[in-house]
Amino acid sequence: MIMETRSSVPINNEWDIVQARQLGRQISREMGFGHVDQARITTAISELARNIYLYANNGEITIEPIVNLGKKGLKITSRDKGPGIKDIRLVMQDGYTTSGGLGAGLPGVKRLMDIFKIDSTLEKGTNIVAIKWLR
Amino acid sequence: MISIQIELDDHTAIQFQEDLLEKIHETGAKGVVIDLSTVDIIDSYIAKILGDVVKMSDLLGAKVVLTGIRPAVAIILTDLGIRLNNISTALDLEKGLAKLKQDLGG
Ligand SMILES: Nc1ncnc2c1ncn2[C@@H]1O[C@H](COP(=O)(O)OP(=O)(O)OP(=O)(O)O)[C@@H](O)[C@H]1O
Ligand SMILES: [Mg+2]
Repeated sequence: MIMETRSSVPINNEWDIVQARQLGRQISREMGFGHVDQARITTAISELARNIYLYANNGEITIEPIVNLGKKGLKITSRDKGPGIKDIRLVMQDGYTTSGGLGAGLPGVKRLMDIFKIDSTLEKGTNIVAIKWLR
Repeated sequence: MISIQIELDDHTAIQFQEDLLEKIHETGAKGVVIDLSTVDIIDSYIAKILGDVVKMSDLLGAKVVLTGIRPAVAIILTDLGIRLNNISTALDLEKGLAKLKQDLGG
């Protein structure tokens, strides 16, 4: 059964990251994504949820099956009211990190998914939308 | 030689790192095989911890071989731009042990 409604997971702690990831895995499987794409979607959610937890403390991941011109896809939205990102071009570079990480998360999500949009305002927060199309 | 199969999740990853280093220290193991065949995703967080484990084990004189990396995991690591450059890998546990023996010279 395909869930047509959108599901949201509040991100407040590390357990919520696992929760969001599991939900993404489940919905992408139900939609018929192949197992590599299921893993890509699950990883993308993990990266976005961990960024919320690390940099904004809390926020929300929304997972939503969509249809566009007859094409099915899964849309992941990450929302937080954290510090925002000053230089988006900079954080999209491989290896850029302010937390001693690998700096692989955001550029990675862009490559894992088909569409990637980031919208951020300093002191207001960050909104990221990533879509994977069902092939 | 220590051989372990792990179920790596966010909560256990750091604990795993500490436990493994303790164990290397206690046993004086010269080689460690970490089998990842049950791990279905590796994100940048887990990749960092694994990379650190390899470096730290090296400091303690133990060589690590990662085995059983699933195809989907290999694809994702590539998408994430993460290279396991200086990390020794093998297809399965048996080949991993063989590789360790060879690397340790006998
Ligand atoms: N939601 C967010 N709010 C504010 N800043 C963010 C947010 N997400 C990412 N950033 C900033 O962008 C940088 C790059 O993020 P990215 O996920 O690519 O790497 P990382 O989190 O530092 O390391 P990795 O993801 O490899 O563990 C972060 O270090 C942080 O400074
Ligand atoms: Mg990150």
